[in-house]
Amino acid sequence: MWIELRNIHKYYGSIQANCGVNLTIRPGTVHGILGENGAGKTTLMKILAGYSRKTRGAVLIDNSPVNYQTPAQAAKLGIGMLYQDPLDFPLLTVLENFMLGQISGIRNKKRVFAKIFEDMAGALNFSLRPDTLVKKLTIGERQQLEILRLLAQGVRVLILDEPTTGISGEQKKILFQALKKLVGEDKSVVLVSHKLEDVESVCDKITVMKQGSVSGEIKRPFVTHTLLKMMFGTPPVPVSHTRVKPIDCVLELTRVSALGGRAGLKNCSLAVHQGEVVGLAGLEGSGQDVFLRIAAGLKRPSKGSISLQGTNMHGEDYHTFKNRGVAYLPGSRIEQGLIPGLNIAEHVSLQDKKKGFFVNRLHSVQGAKKRIADFRIKAEPESLVESLSGGNQQRLLLSFLPEDPVLLLLDNPTRGLDMESVLWVWEYLHAYSTHNACLVFSSSELDEILTNADRVLVFFDGAVIKDTPTDQTDAHELGRAIAGKA
Amino acid sequence: MRIITRYLIEGILALFAVLLSTTIILLVSGAPPFAAYYYLFNGSLGSWTKLAQVIQVWVPLTLCASGLLYTFRIDLWNIGVEGQIMLGAVFTTAVLRIDAAKSMPILFIGLSLAAGIFGGAIWAVVAGFLKTKGGVNEIFAGLGLNFVGQGVILWLIFGPWHRPGIASMSGTELFPQKLWLPFYPALRLSPAGLVLAVAALVLTALFLRYTRMGLNLKAIGNNRDAAMLFGLKPDRYMIIAMIFAGGFAGLAGSVQAAGVYHRLLPAISSNYGYLALLVVMLSNYNVWITPLVAFFFACLNVGSIQLPMMLQLDSSLSGVIQGAFVLAALSVYAWRVRAKLTGEMAKDDGT
Repeated sequence: MWIELRNIHKYYGSIQANCGVNLTIRPGTVHGILGENGAGKTTLMKILAGYSRKTRGAVLIDNSPVNYQTPAQAAKLGIGMLYQDPLDFPLLTVLENFMLGQISGIRNKKRVFAKIFEDMAGALNFSLRPDTLVKKLTIGERQQLEILRLLAQGVRVLILDEPTTGISGEQKKILFQALKKLVGEDKSVVLVSHKLEDVESVCDKITVMKQGSVSGEIKRPFVTHTLLKMMFGTPPVPVSHTRVKPIDCVLELTRVSALGGRAGLKNCSLAVHQGEVVGLAGLEGSGQDVFLRIAAGLKRPSKGSISLQGTNMHGEDYHTFKNRGVAYLPGSRIEQGLIPGLNIAEHVSLQDKKKGFFVNRLHSVQGAKKRIADFRIKAEPESLVESLSGGNQQRLLLSFLPEDPVLLLLDNPTRGLDMESVLWVWEYLHAYSTHNACLVFSSSELDEILTNADRVLVFFDGAVIKDTPTDQTDAHELGRAIAGKA
Repeated sequence: MRIITRYLIEGILALFAVLLSTTIILLVSGAPPFAAYYYLFNGSLGSWTKLAQVIQVWVPLTLCASGLLYTFRIDLWNIGVEGQIMLGAVFTTAVLRIDAAKSMPILFIGLSLAAGIFGGAIWAVVAGFLKTKGGVNEIFAGLGLNFVGQGVILWLIFGPWHRPGIASMSGTELFPQKLWLPFYPALRLSPAGLVLAVAALVLTALFLRYTRMGLNLKAIGNNRDAAMLFGLKPDRYMIIAMIFAGGFAGLAGSVQAAGVYHRLLPAISSNYGYLALLVVMLSNYNVWITPLVAFFFACLNVGSIQLPMMLQLDSSLSGVIQGAFVLAALSVYAWRVRAKLTGEMAKDDGT
């Protein structure tokens, strides 16, 4: 079965997730889709699997245009998708899950299906027992079950979204062997991943996506260097930083582990210093977010110790961290940082240090006006925060940062901002580091880290796998580390 | 202006839906609908005595609703308001049963009201701590405590506080008349309750609008995580909101015991707590709409008492109308949300 995607566009509101993607999937190949977070891989695959509707463009199967709207219709045509988190029913057994969607009539054909199931599982070398409860399976086993179910439904084009996240090395080997076998039966497999190693080892052809469109396509044999260049673009010339050598340690983590996020944080030991600007690189959810929340006192580590300017902070809460000069800027502005339904002046009163029984409206409106002028926010003191644009929301949040923090923790401070706002934000933030505050920020833009940070930490799967001054590295080397090749 | 027009249209729509569904129910049960509406109206607003009865229901409803505005503001579902009314009544009764009360009635009436506030607040704080310290959802905690509260009342009425010689569901012995809240004999209405309810409402409106605590409650209710980043402690404010809610509910219980029934009854709360939840939700959490909706519900409650006599209808009809009202309001609300969503989606597709 040949599949062709022609000029696919997808918009979410004003955000472009895919723009003009062309892609051909041949039968009998493992086709890799490689790209950073937010490159538009999953969006494209969801369109192919019928879960989202494309804004523009055409899908052709064996040269004839098709128009399907739902996953069920896609499955009928032979297209099925395995999600990052398998969609199954934890309280049913493996066999019951397998039978769902296949049975018709009232007769229970359990025995017939048990036979089919065991034949299929055996053929792919999956060791699943039909009577186990799904909630007792590992992610890898649930994946195997889902693959079998899709195949039994007659799927001939199997899409896998980041299938190697969260499964063991052994399961990965079995999975890749099974994929090879399926391809041998003239089915096609589309493998979406951000892990270089995986796509290189199993794919016959790789399409690289960047910022919503295809940035390159290559067949075996693959050259890692070329792939990285397609993923991250050409590395910019790093700006040199001439700053005072950091002396005083601000925050120190010793063998800290924690759960949370996609990868958690594993055995992390590091220290950051006065006046230092530290960039956290890595794919989203590789541990940067957990690290920032632990450093802010918003999350308690399950193991390890944490000290702030030499004081052990074990078991202290966010408010203690805050009083000691730690400031945290959350990643999603309106979800975590601002309070919908409250206007700017009301936010200012929340922040107001002077306690009193009544809200001093005059005072807070004046405070709001001052912030609006100082931070060039396009709004009135009475504007509700949810009515502001992303850039203005971020400026407002920045205006709430304390004047003389010891440690500033910023989760993707410029995400989604236009170029002018980005420059403005950085100009503002750099003023902090000249006043000896330590800045730690995460970003998915390598350029941003290389231009603004003195030092970069690369996170992969919950661990820091690279820690280096920015003037001794480049985007290419960091790109490799982000993809897990330190 | 557009918003007011929209609310007006929605209100009329909801009213129309209620009338329609109630009329259908009446027709099905074989009663003449217009006669039923007439008796409902006449039975609640037909005379000064009737109006006094309506106000007697309006007072506890408004007191409870005022308290619930605090908890809704911080996004807590204080369904334990029933139990808080009961405990308010229990504490009030305990104070009024003290022997010395008869010699100093004014002092003890005041004390009993304070005790009622205290009792309701304690019951609410228990639910609050279960929520903040134990991670128990406040709905389950409150519901559980409602049953415990009912149990406490039954135990007291049949146990330590039973009437000499007998113990019955009709409650404890009447308090000495000196200890009743002062009332107009002609209308059997105590102005003290009315004054307290209006005061509670005004106080709540001012508190939520002008105080720092009111703003903090709203901030935490709208986005707990962000409010914490601003340095607020959500757990502390949840307890504060529960104290207000429980206090006002306890006061409602006090008024019922000292001003209406003059004794402790098993059904002292008359389900006014649950009804108050509906009142606040129907008012869209607006302080000034709350008393109007409460008045409407009070009218339905009192008016429906006549139905069994006049039309051989069951008095539970008022419950049906109230239920229909809530359903209709929710439908209109859902319709508004959906219209807004589809509007936004249309905009998205257009880009």
